[in-house]
Amino acid sequence: MATVELRFSAQPEHVRTARLVAAAVARRAGVDEAVLDEVRLAVGEACSRAVGLHRSHGITAPVKVVLTEEEKNFSIEVGDGVTGTGGGAGNGGDAASGGSDGASSGDLYEGDAEGEDEMGLAVISGLVDDVEVTTGDDGGVIRMSWPTTPAVTMP
Amino acid sequence: MDLSLSTRNVSGPGGDRTVVEVGGEIDVYTAPKLREQLVELVNDGSYHLVVDMEGVDFLDSTGLGVLVGGLKRVRAHEGSLRLVCNQERILKIFRITRLTKVFPIHTTVDEAVAATD
Repeated sequence: MATVELRFSAQPEHVRTARLVAAAVARRAGVDEAVLDEVRLAVGEACSRAVGLHRSHGITAPVKVVLTEEEKNFSIEVGDGVTGTGGGAGNGGDAASGGSDGASSGDLYEGDAEGEDEMGLAVISGLVDDVEVTTGDDGGVIRMSWPTTPAVTMP
Repeated sequence: MDLSLSTRNVSGPGGDRTVVEVGGEIDVYTAPKLREQLVELVNDGSYHLVVDMEGVDFLDSTGLGVLVGGLKRVRAHEGSLRLVCNQERILKIFRITRLTKVFPIHTTVDEAVAATD
């Protein structure tokens, strides 16, 4: 069962809220302080991508973020309502290697939604070791998880 | 924290430079404001930009996209876009996306303004 579940209308201004909530819950769950910045960035990227997909597909349903504290890890699932987006962590890797082409990478990243979408996935795959991008009948889901350190037992 | 932007002109050995000081969070919500600022500067004839990111608390891929868009615009006029950043959390995002190979990144505004290559 989810520790915290968040649904927000697909507006860019709410992505910050999702970042703050995710970081707060991750901290409580025992995710290392040094990794919290990564959690914040990764969940922001996933939510930005979902907001972009909802807006470009005219989906009025909210973006869903599920934060789950498990025994040894903390996971975040960001769900969009778009079926068959064809996204994938592999695409993110391609975007990352495109960045080494100097000026030509400008074409890839220039303002268009698709380029930003790919760069978002590139950042997520670069940041998070355990990441899974799936697309089902209910839409796409980016699932990320981080190890947690067990709480220190008080004497 | 919202995005804050301010610009000033500085003379360097290579000519005039426009320093854009950015503060706060650059994300999917605030990045359009930065894009507008960069587009406006280029339209007004400022082709050599130094973006000072020392006051930036958060940067995501939308922000990276805006910076790359700015770089593309100034290059169309044989200009330059240099970044000033010392924050590890921000530099990490440039490294992950390998944009460190695309942007000259300096440790101080003075160094960026003085750069001519």
